[in-house]
Amino acid sequence: MSNVLRREDVAKVATLARLTLSDEELDLYTEQLSKVLQHAQDMNQLDLTGVAPTAHPFGLKNVVRADVVTPSLDHDAVMAMAPDAEDGRFAVPRIVGEAP
Amino acid sequence: MKSAVDIARDVNAGASAVEELERSLASIRSRNDELNVFLHVDEEGAYAAARRVDEIVAAGGSAGPLAGVPVALKDNLCTLGVPTTCSSKILDGWRPPYNATVVDRLRAAGAVPVGKTNLDEFAMGSSTENSAFGPTRNPLDPARVPGGSSGGSAAAVAANMTPLSLGSDTGGSIRQPAALCGLVGVKPTYGSVSRYGLIAFASSLDQIGPFAKTVADAALALEVIGGYDPKDSTSLNETAPQLLATLDSGVAGRRVGLVRELVEGSDDDVTRSVDRAAAVLRDAGATVVELSIPELTLGLSAYYLIAPAEASSNLARYDGVRYGLRVDAEDVAAMNEATRTAGFGAEVKRRIMLGTYALSAGYYDAYYGQALKVRTQMIAAFARAYADVDLLLGATTPSVAFAFGSKTNDPMAMYLNDVFTIPTNLSGEAAISVPFGTGEADLPVGVQLLGPGRSEPTLFAAARVLEVAEGR
Repeated sequence: MSNVLRREDVAKVATLARLTLSDEELDLYTEQLSKVLQHAQDMNQLDLTGVAPTAHPFGLKNVVRADVVTPSLDHDAVMAMAPDAEDGRFAVPRIVGEAP
Repeated sequence: MKSAVDIARDVNAGASAVEELERSLASIRSRNDELNVFLHVDEEGAYAAARRVDEIVAAGGSAGPLAGVPVALKDNLCTLGVPTTCSSKILDGWRPPYNATVVDRLRAAGAVPVGKTNLDEFAMGSSTENSAFGPTRNPLDPARVPGGSSGGSAAAVAANMTPLSLGSDTGGSIRQPAALCGLVGVKPTYGSVSRYGLIAFASSLDQIGPFAKTVADAALALEVIGGYDPKDSTSLNETAPQLLATLDSGVAGRRVGLVRELVEGSDDDVTRSVDRAAAVLRDAGATVVELSIPELTLGLSAYYLIAPAEASSNLARYDGVRYGLRVDAEDVAAMNEATRTAGFGAEVKRRIMLGTYALSAGYYDAYYGQALKVRTQMIAAFARAYADVDLLLGATTPSVAFAFGSKTNDPMAMYLNDVFTIPTNLSGEAAISVPFGTGEADLPVGVQLLGPGRSEPTLFAAARVLEVAEGR
């Protein structure tokens, strides 16, 4: 059976998901994800015209409360878990590249 | 090991919580190297909690409904200052700055959390083979899996390390390991137990629940951890159901549906147990009718699109910025990708990829959109069934505990293990797995009772009838 996914589809998805895949992983995932999607084809046999989608079992309602300040997590305790921090803020490598 | 009910009664009457903890730690020490149940044992925190319980009782107070009961926690539940890994390298070194609500409630009830148990990475799996810290072994037969993803929490109770543990159930991750380890395992009604501090896998499906040796212990645990929590926006604004009070109310007059699609394809030993459970419920005064709910067979396909889709979104937060692993690179995008590539294991990557694909432009309607419509149909099919019967009966898993490696290389074969448990997560309703009889190699078989949302009192009473019939 031919795969539902092509290798280049999997490579594109990996980029979107911020994952680097080796050649072997690309081959493996192309085959394995195709199998799962193949199994999911059983849903396409159904006529679901007019059926509303359900994203959540009981429907999500917005929760409101009085605008009262309550204690939140200790700032220092949170920052202590950061891989890198500076002046109470998360530090990351550069975001904007230099002009070529 | 004594039951949680007995320990709490005795500790509140003056028995030592510290001595109970010492028995628990001794059994952990004797088998943890062999079984790989606990990733972290918090002896210092546990002794402090046990001593506090003993002090309260010595001062003439009541230390709560779980006084002195050692409890094991799945390592996707946040514990203040105690390592929480989700069995993933990406949370390496992380110590949460807060407790999950269930952990606070256990402690307030006098329970003694002893440590954190192994799981399939980010709760994705059915065998605990996907842990970055090696698999957990089934205490009943170490050559076999304990099930998953809450395999460590199941093994802790099965190996008499603790009488109670907590897991999380997204597609069967409590009920399936409970069945494979011979325990009671509960997937409560969605929203009845706070998810605050449960590290998210698939937020519309995840629910925390207990493992125990007895139905009464599971009921006690659920009474303690359940109920409204303003910190979880999906928490039902209701008090926790009282389960112990009606535990022995039986099933006389109840209507039970034996569901063909929740047994079909099972091994003979499993089918025999389910049929025998139906006979026991009938003898106890229930009316048992055979039902077919064809929509349930589509659950697997819908689940393996919906859960990965939600996971791909939830796991986007692991980017090396705020906590856990960071793999340095020259710019932030390269750092994000290097961190995720090094930190996530194969199954987590597989599901992130699947979910990302199912949500991507051009495929959304064909896969994720279609799955959400199937979910609607499944909820409607359950509702039609519950218009006629109070409870449904089926198997929890198609087979008894399987051997290591037997399904590892074929994700689809592994996913099929969840075929009977998934529908309840999609519908947001309640289900319980009860050990009932034995099968191949004398290993336990689990039967599953399912009910509508908020049906826990009825489910627990029916589970108790099965337990009594087994002489427990």
